[in-house]
Amino acid sequence: MENEHIEVRDLTMAYGDFVLMRDLNFTIRKGEVFIIMGGSGCGKSTLMRHLIGLKDPAAGDIYYNGESFISASADQRELMLRRFGVMYQSGALWSSLTLAENVGLPLVQFSSFSKRQIRSIVSYKLSIVGLAGFEEFYPAEISGGMAKRAGVARALALDPEVLYLDEPSAGLDPLSARRLDDTILELRNSLGMTIVVVTHELESIFQIGDNSVFLDVDTRTQAATGNPRELRDSCPDEKIRNFLSRGELGAGKPPE
Amino acid sequence: MQLLSVSGCGRRLELGSGWNGPGLADNLEKILAQISSTGKESGPLTFSENGLDRHDALVASSILEIIRAAQAQGLEVQFETLPDSIRKLIGLALAVPPREPESHQRDNLFTVIGKKSLRILQGSRHFFEFAGELTYSFGRLVRGKARFRREDFWLTLQSCGVGALPIVALISILVGVILGFVGAVQLRKFGATIYMIDLVGLAVARELGCIMAGIIMSGRTGAAFAAQIGSMNVNQEVDALETLGISPMEFLVLPRALSMILMMPLLTLFADALGFFGGFIVALPMGISPGEFWYQLTESLSLQHISIGILKSFFFGIIVASAGCYYGLRSGRSSSAVGEAATKAVVAGITWIIVLDAAFAFVLEAMGW
Ligand SMILES: Nc1ncnc2c1ncn2[C@@H]1O[C@H](COP(=O)(O)OP(=O)(O)O)[C@@H](O)[C@H]1O
Ligand SMILES: [Mg+2]
Repeated sequence: MENEHIEVRDLTMAYGDFVLMRDLNFTIRKGEVFIIMGGSGCGKSTLMRHLIGLKDPAAGDIYYNGESFISASADQRELMLRRFGVMYQSGALWSSLTLAENVGLPLVQFSSFSKRQIRSIVSYKLSIVGLAGFEEFYPAEISGGMAKRAGVARALALDPEVLYLDEPSAGLDPLSARRLDDTILELRNSLGMTIVVVTHELESIFQIGDNSVFLDVDTRTQAATGNPRELRDSCPDEKIRNFLSRGELGAGKPPE
Repeated sequence: MQLLSVSGCGRRLELGSGWNGPGLADNLEKILAQISSTGKESGPLTFSENGLDRHDALVASSILEIIRAAQAQGLEVQFETLPDSIRKLIGLALAVPPREPESHQRDNLFTVIGKKSLRILQGSRHFFEFAGELTYSFGRLVRGKARFRREDFWLTLQSCGVGALPIVALISILVGVILGFVGAVQLRKFGATIYMIDLVGLAVARELGCIMAGIIMSGRTGAAFAAQIGSMNVNQEVDALETLGISPMEFLVLPRALSMILMMPLLTLFADALGFFGGFIVALPMGISPGEFWYQLTESLSLQHISIGILKSFFFGIIVASAGCYYGLRSGRSSSAVGEAATKAVVAGITWIIVLDAAFAFVLEAMGW
């Protein structure tokens, strides 16, 4: 297909001898919001680390726009990396830099904008995640949820083609989480970004997810891929329907 | 190109190809200036799209700035005239009003001096509190009530003891060699080469052994203490201890201080012996036999000299451990603050070692030791 953006083929992930997941196969299309879901500790963050090249697979390959990421030369790989924006699970802001410097660092390093322009862009990105006016704060001076949002702003700094978000809404209040979902959808709609989100917040899975992969910790492989709403309603695997509807009962009445 | 034009119903911003060009920054300043000189009466700010295909971040951020400026001016902004691709993101960016920056008042000279002195006063108060708490935890230790992990204690004991032997050995031997050599060359002029042994013996036993050990431990272990405890502080690990009712002073500081106090005298003895050995290496080629060396060394040294060094090393141990732990506990919550804490611990450790050593020299001199 034309618009395949990221392809994962026969990916096996392992820490030493400990095989975490094997035979992962899925495709992420350009401009969709793709959800990586699964129980806690099943390897979602590890899968993300593979996709962004922080960890090499034990077997298999990952393709970006049809080009192999794993066997790319160092230079090619750096170019590919430049097109990713990543928010790590813990925020991973640089603690000795202010929020403005955190968001601005990629721009200072990799763009030719003037200081004035960078200041303008930084404050725009911070505004998008609802942190206008927090430019001069240090990471230690803001809350955990704010640090996550600042992490998103930093991931957006270089207008990436692919945005990776590791549990962006964990630790956010419902309003901020909702806002973040809106932001994600808007980034997709108006900029056409491909967005990969690790999350198990059911509400946001159904609201933003175009497609998903479900990692099963028991069988150590992917249990299903597809649109999360369809998976919930018609997936043959009971475990997945359970996962996708049990929380729903708690959150409100399941829409028909 | 005219980007901001006055039309019948107010200000109109043309979003054209000029926006992606290099002249954007200049234009932005001009537009902002124009807007800030515009009053409410001139009508709403509208946008008209003219050849803007795909916007980049700079376009969006500039529009955001313009809108903020216009709103600050009280102008009405017609969002619906913004191009679709930008409107929603701009809306999101404007949804949360910016936090007002705190007003920073500039201090005059007197305020600066006053604040600085207060901070120093407070700093010394903090230090005395620390010293008091440490003493108190030692009291609890003696009564067997202190809470800490024995494993931690053994680990630090190992790293301040055995772990430090190689570097202490190397430095001590070299200091012994240098001292012996300098002394021998001078004393040979008077035919008194043999007295280099007195020089090496006294200097190493009374001063250099313990100072070398102290300085090495300050750089090696004091810095490590500050960095460990500082990064625990960053991760709120210290808070986690406190909320459990475990005193960080007992849990973190006590095992470290205790190992340091126990190990410093031993390290000093070790440094003394190897310092003498360094002198011995120089003495041999100067025609002094091993027997003569031993005789002269035991003749010039008494137990008193050695024990003065040992006594001082005990205090140096307290200084190194306290400086490391104190700055670690008081470190700020960022990676550079941890680095700063380690630096301060080393600087303070070495400074106080030298100061205390000088004080000892005066007192011992006065007492005729
Ligand atoms: N550096 C590591 N070395 C060994 N095992 C690890 C490492 N990091 C994570 N793991 C293991 O991998 C599994 C998945 O971790 P992770 O990807 O963080 O899970 P999650 O799905 O919650 O994000 C866990 O069982 C964890 O113990
Ligand atoms: Mg994770």
